[in-house]
Amino acid sequence: MVKAGVYLVARMAPGFHETALWMPTVLGVGLATMLVGAWRALRQTDIKLVLAYGTVSQLGFLVMINGLGTEDAALAGLAMLLAHGLFKAALFMVVGIIDHETGTRDLTRLSGLGRSQRALFWISAVSVASMAGLPPLFGFVAKEVVFESFYGYAEVHPGWGWVVTVGVVVASALTVAYSARFLWGAFGTKRRTTGEPLETTPFHAPAGVVFLAAPALLAAATVLLALWPAPVQRLIDPFVSLFHPVSEGAPGTYLALWHGLTPVLGLSVLAWGLGLGLFAVRERFGRLQQRTPAVFDAERGYRSSVKLLDVVAVWLTSVTQRGSLAWYLFIIIAVATGLVSGVLLFTAHQVPQSWIIAEQPLQLVLAVVIVAGAIGAVWAPKRFMAVLMVSLCGYGIAGLFALQGAPDLALTVLLVESIVLVVFVLALRNLPAGIWTQNPARFKIGRVVLGIGFGLAMMGALAVGMDSRVAVPISEEFPWMAYEVGQGANIVNVTLVDIRVWDTFGEITVLAVAATGVASLIFVKRRDARRRSLHEVPTGSVGRVLNEDNLTPRQAKEIRVARSFSTVAREAWLVAGRTVAPEHRSIIFEVVTRLMFHAIILLSLYLLLAGHNLPGGGFAGGLLAGLALTLRYLAGGRYELEAAVPFSASALMGWGLALACSTGLVSLLAGGHIFQSAMLDVDLPVFGEHHVGSAIMFDVGVYLVVVGLILDILRSLGSEIDVRSEMENRAAERGDPYHGHGLHSETTLGVAR
Amino acid sequence: MTLNLTLLILMGVMFAVGIYLLLERSLTRVLLGIILISNGVNLLLLQTGGRAGDSPLVVDGDVDAPFFDPLPQALLLTAIVIAFALVSLMLALIYRSWVLARQDELSDDEEDRRVASQPIYDPEEDSEVPTETTEFAVEDLESSRLLNPRTGRDEDLPVASAHTPEDDGDGRPDHGTGR
Repeated sequence: MVKAGVYLVARMAPGFHETALWMPTVLGVGLATMLVGAWRALRQTDIKLVLAYGTVSQLGFLVMINGLGTEDAALAGLAMLLAHGLFKAALFMVVGIIDHETGTRDLTRLSGLGRSQRALFWISAVSVASMAGLPPLFGFVAKEVVFESFYGYAEVHPGWGWVVTVGVVVASALTVAYSARFLWGAFGTKRRTTGEPLETTPFHAPAGVVFLAAPALLAAATVLLALWPAPVQRLIDPFVSLFHPVSEGAPGTYLALWHGLTPVLGLSVLAWGLGLGLFAVRERFGRLQQRTPAVFDAERGYRSSVKLLDVVAVWLTSVTQRGSLAWYLFIIIAVATGLVSGVLLFTAHQVPQSWIIAEQPLQLVLAVVIVAGAIGAVWAPKRFMAVLMVSLCGYGIAGLFALQGAPDLALTVLLVESIVLVVFVLALRNLPAGIWTQNPARFKIGRVVLGIGFGLAMMGALAVGMDSRVAVPISEEFPWMAYEVGQGANIVNVTLVDIRVWDTFGEITVLAVAATGVASLIFVKRRDARRRSLHEVPTGSVGRVLNEDNLTPRQAKEIRVARSFSTVAREAWLVAGRTVAPEHRSIIFEVVTRLMFHAIILLSLYLLLAGHNLPGGGFAGGLLAGLALTLRYLAGGRYELEAAVPFSASALMGWGLALACSTGLVSLLAGGHIFQSAMLDVDLPVFGEHHVGSAIMFDVGVYLVVVGLILDILRSLGSEIDVRSEMENRAAERGDPYHGHGLHSETTLGVAR
Repeated sequence: MTLNLTLLILMGVMFAVGIYLLLERSLTRVLLGIILISNGVNLLLLQTGGRAGDSPLVVDGDVDAPFFDPLPQALLLTAIVIAFALVSLMLALIYRSWVLARQDELSDDEEDRRVASQPIYDPEEDSEVPTETTEFAVEDLESSRLLNPRTGRDEDLPVASAHTPEDDGDGRPDHGTGR
């Protein structure tokens, strides 16, 4: 695991060793790690920690040599990696055996194992010698090549090259010293201050043959590969060929026990001498280490940085995480405002040159209406009033769209606003009429300032952005593409169902998801459960006022009058009209709905089919059909809606999606691109000659999805909430304390009426 | 491109009022704020089309007429219908919140507040643990005397008798390998 980083360095060295930051990073970090690790290893009293810090040091060493990026270094790096694996694995196993058998790894307690455990001692001695780089072991073979690589590098790059080479030799001397310390610590015979030797640490059981076999095998490999390094050389050669020699024509080195009497051998001898010398004066050196402040104490550094992190995290949490969603939004929007204004204020950009006040006076009038609506929405103390004010904004914006030259948008917004208004009332009818139940506006000034700031920032961004256009807009091409390729005169509609059809396909998918979300929030368990068939529903049962005690005399009288009319046996205007409680029926509304419904549906189909060439299309058509269904529901109640659409909303949306999807797939199967449109000339006897594009089928899919969405909304926010309210009322009638709402006189619905 | 100051300012007002409402506690007002913000975005998209122009309907094959840019219109149409779906979903959420908690106002998250008041020092995470020098022994700290890892008892053991199968009955895991 710890060598994963070394692997990465070796893997990236071929590509990166010539970049500017590579050498300082790899050599600087590597050398520092190697020196600090070796220094720390000399201070440990736990033999496992001696080895662990030794590994830290060796990792620095490996990173340096693998990152050097020359032919020699590549060979040396991988050879050293293998050597390190062989001796370090064996030594860790030895430590494990000692710990397991004696119950300690403390070198001040271990004593005399060298004499009592001969086999273990010799395995360790071979591995430790390889770690110290002594011949005739593989550690020596590898380290020779490493020294040679650094030496060669220093000859070509004097200066830093020599600093690194000297640093490596010093660290190697420290390596020799901690190797000796390990062998002495684990196996040596310690003496008391009085001079007499400590008794030999007992083994609980003799280390078995199999226990010893693993480290012994590794130690044997260390010897064998030193005498016969050719297989290793062969394995590494392909990697070496990725690199260049340190200088043009320099002879490459090779793995061998004996390279001759070279300066590099001198460096090795120097390291042994220094290291063994250090070990000899270990007591004085230990005192020196004690006096040296532990500047490079990684553990303490880690602890204090984690502590700092804790402090900062708790502080930051207490400042930002107040548990208030509004506060989080405040921070997010404030940051967005700051960023946008910062960019606007501190970067150079063109100031817009040309501007007009308005396209025409009517635009100004509409703007005043919209602003009034927005301010009214803030002011309104009643829920439904605020909703109406926001609708006013929406209708005003529809007008602006129309004035700007976007009839499709104006039409869609008008329809959407109407449906949204109904949906608002349906969803919020059980909520209190007033907006506030407790603490109204808090933190007002901050919100005003932030709102105005964000508005100004967006205005600035738009003003600057409008003048930053450098290329011709892609939509310049849209008119002829739509007319000649898409065969439609309504450019916007062709854009939706042909040019940018993927967008629209994604959008109707979102609609289906949203509809499912609405339904699952209301129904919770399952939707589209089979309802009672119409003739089973008792007359005047839907939404009947049950608790008449709370009524004013006037209301009671009205209800009596209404009920006396409900018994008249005449053909109904609406199929389910009779199911609605007489006090909720409106004959005028039923008549109007009866007269209008089919006309509206016909108009919606016209919008759908004509949309390719005139304002309209699947969205507008679907919304209009949805509005027609809304009328049926409002006039005749939930059974009327069931009668109007005898299938489930999810089926409508599913068929719509499938149809839209199939227009894409059919063109693919026919050998074209996905969603490529095709034309069909139809000559009908009465209707004349017609172009029919395959895109119309896509629009039909859109239509079905939109109708399904609205149907789903009506059935969940309308019918299902009706059912639940009636159940609650009946419960309240029985004296059940379960929340009853009576006539909803205090609720949004009451106010809306 | 030419700026239309009316539309520009109107967009700013929509954003400003929308954000004011968005930061309220009442869920209804938050939703109204979102609607106003999406109105602001719609006005922004509208203005990227530049000056007003002809309705994008090709008449008599004249594709070079001064149409109002059709691309923002297509994007807007998508945005409007998606916003409708979003509003419906949020209304359903408000209704559910009302049914479950009789509440249509945002309440503070107590869990978040508790984090702020917790001490920096956590005894479980931050206390100093003495370094162990063995993985195989229970150490008696007072006498600093080694215990037999297999029995957990303080006893001098002759090397050979240390391991008998019955010793494992003390519940310690058997670390023995290869013996």
